[in-house]
Amino acid sequence: MITYPFNYKRAKSVADAEALLKTSPEAKLLAGGQTLIAAMKMRLAQPSDLIDISGIKELNYIRVTGDAVVIGAATTHYEVASSKEVAKAIPALAHLASVIGDPAVRHKGTVGGSVANNDPAADYPAAVLGLGATIKTSRRAIAADDFFQGMFTTALEDGEIITEISFPVPAKAAYKKFANPASRYAMTGAFVAKLKDGGIRVAITGAAPCVFRVPAMEAALAKTFTPDAVAKIAVDASNLNSDIHGSAEYRANLVTVMTKRAVADAA
Amino acid sequence: MAVVSMTVNGKQVSAETEDRTLLVYFLREQLRLTGTHIGCDTSQCGACVVHVDGKAVKSCTMFAVQAEGSQVATIEGLAKDGKLHPVQEAFRDNHGLQCGFCTPGMIMTAVDMIRRNGAMDRETIRHELEGNICRCTGYVNIVSAIEDASKRMTAGEKAA
Repeated sequence: MITYPFNYKRAKSVADAEALLKTSPEAKLLAGGQTLIAAMKMRLAQPSDLIDISGIKELNYIRVTGDAVVIGAATTHYEVASSKEVAKAIPALAHLASVIGDPAVRHKGTVGGSVANNDPAADYPAAVLGLGATIKTSRRAIAADDFFQGMFTTALEDGEIITEISFPVPAKAAYKKFANPASRYAMTGAFVAKLKDGGIRVAITGAAPCVFRVPAMEAALAKTFTPDAVAKIAVDASNLNSDIHGSAEYRANLVTVMTKRAVADAA
Repeated sequence: MAVVSMTVNGKQVSAETEDRTLLVYFLREQLRLTGTHIGCDTSQCGACVVHVDGKAVKSCTMFAVQAEGSQVATIEGLAKDGKLHPVQEAFRDNHGLQCGFCTPGMIMTAVDMIRRNGAMDRETIRHELEGNICRCTGYVNIVSAIEDASKRMTAGEKAA
């Protein structure tokens, strides 16, 4: 399959990428390209220019402090999954990165790309929302709770570039997903975290048009952090996705099951 | 149109191509390296796996211009001086192919996973093969071939 024509430009820095984005209203950033190129081949996307930010060194790093794992936007899933520092500080995050797509996809796909795209079934949004991470951009810092706004929709403005994501190190956390057997996208994935301040967060991806939290489960887990605490809590199926892979009711059940498993894994 | 330059199987190559040319088409149609196959063309089947700067990638989901200045390795570059690569040898010995269409991608993926993991058990190999599909469904012998190759290659390292 051949995409529509476009002009390819390699950005040397974040400032360079911002300037290149301004040259055309239809310019798009290219990081790992594992979603964008597929969409372009299906002719669902027609950027006039692709600004390649994958080679920008200032966007590729993993820094672990006592309180946070800070990852540059152009860091690949493979780099996160194979980082000993990440595995030690937030094992759930390293695990999440290791179950995205397949090894070849993980060698190219980036954390910034996944979060900016906000695919309803992507894995990273669950970790960002589940840990209450902060998304740093070329202009500002955005809290996870304010970032994800709807299907493929985020708080990012035109020309705004994600530069890094800071994940707070939790007291405990786990991610469990029921992967679509063909695509490995999350049919439903649950990220559960108990933060160091005692706060509980439950973030669900794959089930609805956008990643979301489950306040009833968070309240129950705050009382007792056990799988049984969430076993009888169901989410409303009327807001969930139905497709050839599973009905909304099936996904609603998966939300409870995967959250139970994540709690068991974290506890 | 732009001139794209990269090193493919150790050889410096340059060719004029459109920005939208996928790496797999660049390899197959401009360099005539047709060992890299196009299967699903949607980055699921893994028939197009090549190595770019030492890492396995799906060449149907990458533009040739992205590989500018990179080191690219394809199935054609594995055998050296008429001698098969140990993974190719192991696929032959274990009957790790039937029609052979998925084989170049399977072998490039296998070389990459052995580089990262060394000797592996069958379950690890199956997980690592998540991105490679064999429509003949000959997975048992593919897994055997990779298991065999991973042991041969790590034993070789220890001996050396």
